[in-house]
This record gives sequence, structure tokens and C-alpha cells, in this order.
Amino acid sequence: MTLFIQQLFNGLALGGVYCLAAIGLTLVFGVLRIPNLAHGSLYMLGAYITYFFLTTIGVPYIAAIGMAAIILFVLGVGLERLVFHPLRNSPHTHHMIAAVGAMFFFQALAQAIWGADFRRMDTPITGELRVLGAEISAQRIVIIITAVIVLALLAWFIKRSIHGQTIEAIEQDRIGASLVGINPSMVSMLTLGLSALLATIAAGLVAPINLLSPTMGDALNLKVFAIIILGGLGSLPGAILGGFVLAIAETMTATYVSSAFGDTVAFIVLVAVLAIKPNGLFTKAVQR
Amino acid sequence: MTLLEIRGLGKRFGGLDAVKDVDLDVEEGRITAVIGPNGAGKSTLFNLVHGFYRPTSGSIRFKDEDITHSSPHNTVAGGIARTFQTTNLFDDSTLLENVLAGRIVRSKSTIFDAVFHTPRHRRESRINEDRAMEALEYCGVAEYRHDLASNVPQEVQKRTAVAMALATEPELILLDEPAGGIPEEETADFGNLIRSLPQRGVSVLLVEHKMTMIMDLADTILVLDHGQKLAFGVPSEIQSNPDVIHAYLGSTPQDPTDQKEK
Amino acid sequence: MNALKNPRIIGTFALVVLIAAAPLFFAHENYAMRVITVGMCAAIAVYGLNIILGFTGQLSLAQGGFFGIGAYGVGLLTTDYDWSFWSAFAVSVIGTAVIGYLCGLIALRTKDEYFAIFTMAIGFIIFLVISRWESVTHAHSGVNNVKFPEGGGLVDFGSPVAMFYLVFVILLICVYITYAVRRSSVGRTLLTIRTSEDLADAIGVRVGFSKQLAFAASAVFGGIGGGLYATVVGFIGPDSASLDKTFEFLMFILVGGMGTVAGPLLGSMIVTFLFELFQDFQAYRFIVLGPIIVALVIFAPRGIIGYLGGFVDKRNRRRRVAAARRSAEAAESANRGGPSGHDDAADSHVTRSGGPAAPEEKK
Repeated sequence: MTLFIQQLFNGLALGGVYCLAAIGLTLVFGVLRIPNLAHGSLYMLGAYITYFFLTTIGVPYIAAIGMAAIILFVLGVGLERLVFHPLRNSPHTHHMIAAVGAMFFFQALAQAIWGADFRRMDTPITGELRVLGAEISAQRIVIIITAVIVLALLAWFIKRSIHGQTIEAIEQDRIGASLVGINPSMVSMLTLGLSALLATIAAGLVAPINLLSPTMGDALNLKVFAIIILGGLGSLPGAILGGFVLAIAETMTATYVSSAFGDTVAFIVLVAVLAIKPNGLFTKAVQR
Repeated sequence: MTLLEIRGLGKRFGGLDAVKDVDLDVEEGRITAVIGPNGAGKSTLFNLVHGFYRPTSGSIRFKDEDITHSSPHNTVAGGIARTFQTTNLFDDSTLLENVLAGRIVRSKSTIFDAVFHTPRHRRESRINEDRAMEALEYCGVAEYRHDLASNVPQEVQKRTAVAMALATEPELILLDEPAGGIPEEETADFGNLIRSLPQRGVSVLLVEHKMTMIMDLADTILVLDHGQKLAFGVPSEIQSNPDVIHAYLGSTPQDPTDQKEK
Repeated sequence: MNALKNPRIIGTFALVVLIAAAPLFFAHENYAMRVITVGMCAAIAVYGLNIILGFTGQLSLAQGGFFGIGAYGVGLLTTDYDWSFWSAFAVSVIGTAVIGYLCGLIALRTKDEYFAIFTMAIGFIIFLVISRWESVTHAHSGVNNVKFPEGGGLVDFGSPVAMFYLVFVILLICVYITYAVRRSSVGRTLLTIRTSEDLADAIGVRVGFSKQLAFAASAVFGGIGGGLYATVVGFIGPDSASLDKTFEFLMFILVGGMGTVAGPLLGSMIVTFLFELFQDFQAYRFIVLGPIIVALVIFAPRGIIGYLGGFVDKRNRRRRVAAARRSAEAAESANRGGPSGHDDAADSHVTRSGGPAAPEEKK
């Protein structure tokens, strides 16, 4: 039972990370109609830049994440401008190939700066909490709380602020939105920036638990895509639900079945969803 | 003889009836038209017959065989071709290549035939070319065969779409607004093409908005409203049917009934 | 013959002859021979990518994975299990075919972004299995001393030139198959799916089934390329199954031209040569190549052969259109008969106002 509670909290913490990473990806899909295959590498860069501010410069943990998030926001905007915007009228295969190109660029960049070896980012938040007999590291509690706060802020942003509302409007109806005077290209930039920012927060939160490497985004890429396909491409509640479901399934499989098996859960989920419903589970039936 | 027999056909989309309880007989060698206001379920009806959608109720029989749950591949192979309202052609291919694509469903040769250049492959390629050319000529667009589909006028595109459908060797052709976007002065010629199809052994089921054209062409007309049958009969019956006039024709400004009766 | 006048066939032929003659120049430089031979192995896998991406219009990110399965199949069977190369090669290729076919069972139901994501997952899982299943694949220590193909006493494939021609002949077969498919109704089927799945469906194309076969075929080509790569190089590691390989293949096909017959070959040769120039920056080459691939997709998505072919097509079409118009007009004037018919035909392209079935082109 203690083990179960412990793993449940581990799963929730991981779920928070997955949600933050997946929600940006699903927003990008909703607004730009493209699967950003470079998302995992934005997450990876976010982790390294947080590491840079925290370890090399020596700013406090939260500030390091914040600064990295701002840098990644700018990078996301640049990615939209330089890569996806010029391809907006091209066949769908083209922007996916371009995203793969961007992904390799980011990985090679990280490798050139920080090297190919694993790096450890020491956790600034130490200590443990006892919950129902289980020992939960404070870092994981911080992750869960931060994830909830950020998700709440995001929900508020999308429902209440002008910019957020335009994102939602475009997600629902691109042509209609441009008719009422919303500038889709501005919103596209904002959305990609936002997705990179969210991925960075996720990466900064989980970096003290995991090791950093230039290829750390690859596995995450597979997982976040599994999540948003499970939740339905473009669906925010789907991404949140999918994130927690996958994380808990993964943690429990690693604990009770085999640790080597944990990573393959995402793959199995992905294949199973595509086999049953090739267009995602919670997507609305679209009329031809 | 009844070629296509539709009984109690229905399709629901999330609680809404797009098509409900529709009966229709399409006679061999005839032109049957389906009319109705926008959203009356005409295109849905076509999609059901063609196998794009699976009906939620009812049955469809073609040449006395049940095709209610057939896939598009099987309905086309069975002899039902269709054209679309909007997506007509493969834009980046020439018209000849487009019509050749219509021959795919009749091609039996496999990749091995292609690689080893077997007699079957050669014979089939020749037949495909001949049939495609014949269809292009029949529709009067053979001289454009080497033009890209995106470069020819709308009318030529529409005619090529018919040629592509004919290349699949159908016995029934479903035309979804075949004359849409064609200038008024050319619709008469286009009507002649449609009218000639039954002599070629191809019966026609047609959705069209141009009322004069429908009244002129169709042997029988089905009027749909809100997915249900409102009336069925020969053009003169439809024109004088009070329900139809009330629900559909009466509200249209360029009312063909008025024009004819005056 | 017609073929002699077709610039595409002349060009492809010239390219093939050029490559076939490579040993004349490099016969004594084993390293150069090996680089070219490895480039040809990759080209075979790129022909597979061409079937699914170029013809069918679906981005497969699993091609590196299938390449790895072929390479590890040959590598492990000829070393740990001491099979002969040929039997190991045959089993590996059949193995990739089966795996490709099974993956295709799901892939056929997906399209566009779902297809790409699905294949990305397949590629990643293949890489994970190869790099982590230490007891079978030796993980990061890789596989050493992969056997050369047995020459049956006739040929010694230990010689780089003999190996070169072995890969070359298999590559030629792949080029020919691509050519034959492109011209057949099978190729036409795939092209209809690339342009519009709905329209393909409407004319009776079995969209899902065709996609599955195309995916399986692309896997087989990947397996063949990988199997040959293993014996050419002699040593393989998990990187031969990684997404890096898929990236390289994408680069090759983009430079050469997607959906063309000669493109994968030309692209593979050119980019392999460029890779050699960047040899010293091996680890960082993607800093340059990443932006290049983005630029290619944005500014020159059709590739070298694509643009050359487009030019040839345009010229041919203009000629054929003119010829078709002339014959149509000749027929028309013949119908009208009379001595004035010829004059009509001569200037009718200016004066004709358009018959019922032949309206003038409006633009």
C-alpha cells in the first residue's frame, strides 16, 4: 500500500510534466493544424537552458525556469516565423519534414554546446514529505502543485484574456476567425511560443529528477504524441486527462510489471488507439 | 427494370437525421433526379449509395444484390460511378492521366505484371488507354487530354469528371451537381451529354440546382426536404405538386414552375 | 525508338553509366569505393521511402528502423548464428517484409499526421529494442565481423570492386522496379492516394489496402538496403537503426526529388559526397543539415530531378497540346469539307470561337 501511494504520487508528478508538455503540442495542432515533431527538442532545449541559468550562472531555481521559458517562447515564435509560416500552404508532408529538420538542428546545437554526455541538475528543493506512510520527495510535490497552477493560469488565459480567446476562436474555426478580424498568423506565433514555454516549464520541473541529454526529447516526443492522440488532437481536456492516464499507467507498469516495460506503455497506447480509432478517441465525428 | 432499389434508408449524425426513411427506385435506362433545398440530404444520399457512409437503417439493392454495406471500392467495381460537387479531378495530372485513374478499378494486373512486363500487362495498358481515350472523346474533351486539369476551363473539368466516371464502366452514374459552375449558355450542351448517357447503357442519378435543366432532362424526380421524401414523380407532377411548390419551389424567386406555366 | 528521345531515360541512363564506371577511377582507393557503395545501400532504402512518401504521399519516419532491422538481421545471423550471408540476407528481407506488413495493418487506417506519428513511434521502438536488448543485439557494443557474401568460388566479395557491383546490380533492380511501378496502374493507384484520398475512394481505389502494400514495400527496400549495408561495412551499431538514418534518407530524397525515378539515386550520391566533406564535423553536421533540409522544403521542395522533370514535362506537354489541337482542328475542317477548309485550319486557332464541346481556354 505504501508502495502504491508512493508510485501514485510519482505518477501524478510525471502526469503534471506530461500535461504541460502535451497541452502545448495539442494547442499547436489545434491552431496551426500541424503536428510539431520538433516539440520534444524544444523540451530538451528548455531543460538545458534552465540548467545553464541554474548551474552555470547561478540564479535561483524558479527564476532559472522563468528565464528559460522566456527564451524558449522567443524561440518558438522564431520557429513559427522561419519554418512553419512559409510552409502554411504546402502539402502536409513538407512541414513535418521541416519539423524533423528543426529537431535535428536543436539536438545538434545542444550537443555542440553541452556535449553528448548525460548531465545532472542538482535539485534545489530537498527534503521529503510523509503522506499516508509513504515518503514523497518535495520536488515531486512541487511539480504537482506547479503543474496545477500553470494549468489553471492557462485555462484562465484562454477563457478570459483577449489573446487566449483568439487562440480558442482560431482553433474552432480558422476562416470564421479571420473574418471577424483575428490575425491568424499572429495567433500562430503566439501559440507556438506558448507551447515552447509550457514545454520548458515541464522540462525545468522534471530536470532535477531525470538526467539531461541531447536526445532526452525523443522519448518524450513519442509520449506526448501518444497522449494527444489518446485525448484527440487539438483537445485541451483530452491532453490533460491523457497526460495523467499515461503517466500513471507508465509508473504502475514500471513498478508492478517490469521497469523496462514502462517506456513501452506509451507505444502500446498509441498503437492501440490508432488501431481502434485511427483519428483519436475523443475527436468529434467530422462530416465530410 | 429497376436498377437501384432503396428502401427505408436512413442516416443519423449525432442525433440528427440527415436522411430518413427514403425509398427510391432508379429504372434502367432512365435519368432520375434528386432535388431539394440546401441541406435536404441529397449529397448524404449519394454518399450512402456509393458506400462512403454506412446507413443507420434501411437497405440498398443494386441489380438485385444487396450493397447496403459495400465499400466504395466494391460499389464502383459493381458498376456505380460518381462525380463530386467540388473535388473533381487530380489537379496536378493531365486529363488523360485523370481518366486513366478511372481505369484502376478495372485493372487486374499486379506489380509483378508491371515489373516483368507480361502480356497481360501490355494488353491491359492498351485497353486502358483505348477506353480512356474513348471516354474523353465521348465527353468532347479529347483535345485537352495533355493539359493539366488545373489549367482547363471549368466546363472541361466537369466533362472530364464525367469521363473519369465513365472510364470505370458503370451501369449507373451518380452526378452531384455536374453543371455547377458552368456558364448558363453552355448548360444546354452539357445537358445533351447527360441525356445521351442512357443510350450508352449508363443510367443516371442526378443532383442539380439548375431547375430548367432538371425539368428538361429528368424522367423522374425525387424531392427531398429535411432528409425525407416530399414527392416523387415525373417532372410535370412535381411542378404541380402543391407540397413541393409550398416547401421548395414556391419560395424560390427564379421559380421554373412559374416560367413554364405562364 | 521513343526511349532514345526521352530526356528522362537518357538522363537516368547517363547517371547509371557514370556510377557503373566509378571503379575505373577509384578501384585502388578502397575508402572511396566503400563510401560510394555505402551510398548505394542507402539509395536502396531511399527508393523504399520514395514509394511511400514520393508516390503515396505519406511521411514514413520508420525507414531508418527498417534499415536497422535488415542490418541487424544480417549482422546477427552471420556472426552469432554463423549463417551464410545469402540465407541471412533472405531471412532478414522476409523478416522486414513481415514486420512492414503487420505495421501496415494499422498504418492503412491512418493518414497524414497520424501516419507520420505512427511511423515515428514504430521507428523509435525498433531503435529502442536494438539499443537496449543487450542479450540479443549486444546493444552499444554492436555487431562485429559481419560476413561477406559467398561468391561460390566465382567471385570474391572481399574485394571492394566486387562488392560495389553486387550492390550496384541490386540498386539497378530497385530503380527498374520504381520505373515499372511508376508507369503501371499500381503507380497510378498510389498517385491518386497522394493527391486526394477521397477522390481515389470515389473511383474505386482500395485506399487502405494500397497504402498497406506500399508501406510493406518501402519496408522491404529498407531491409534490403540495411542488409547490404551490414556486409559492406562489416560493423554495425544501434545508430544504423536510429532516427538519424531516417533524417539522412529524407535529405537524400529531398535533394534528388520525391516521387521521381532517378531522384533517390542522384540525391543519395550527391549528399553522400557532401557528408564526406563534412566528415570532420560528424557530430555537429546536423547544425548545418537541419537548416538545409528546412530550406529545401521551403524553397525547393521538388528536388533536382523534380525540377528537371517539370521542365521536360512542360515542354512535352506544350508540344503535345499543340499537336492535339492541330489534329482536332484538321478533323473539324475535314468535316466541313470544301477547299476553304485548309485555310480555316491554318488560322482557326485565332478565329475559332469554340464548338459546343470545345470551348476556348479561359484564364
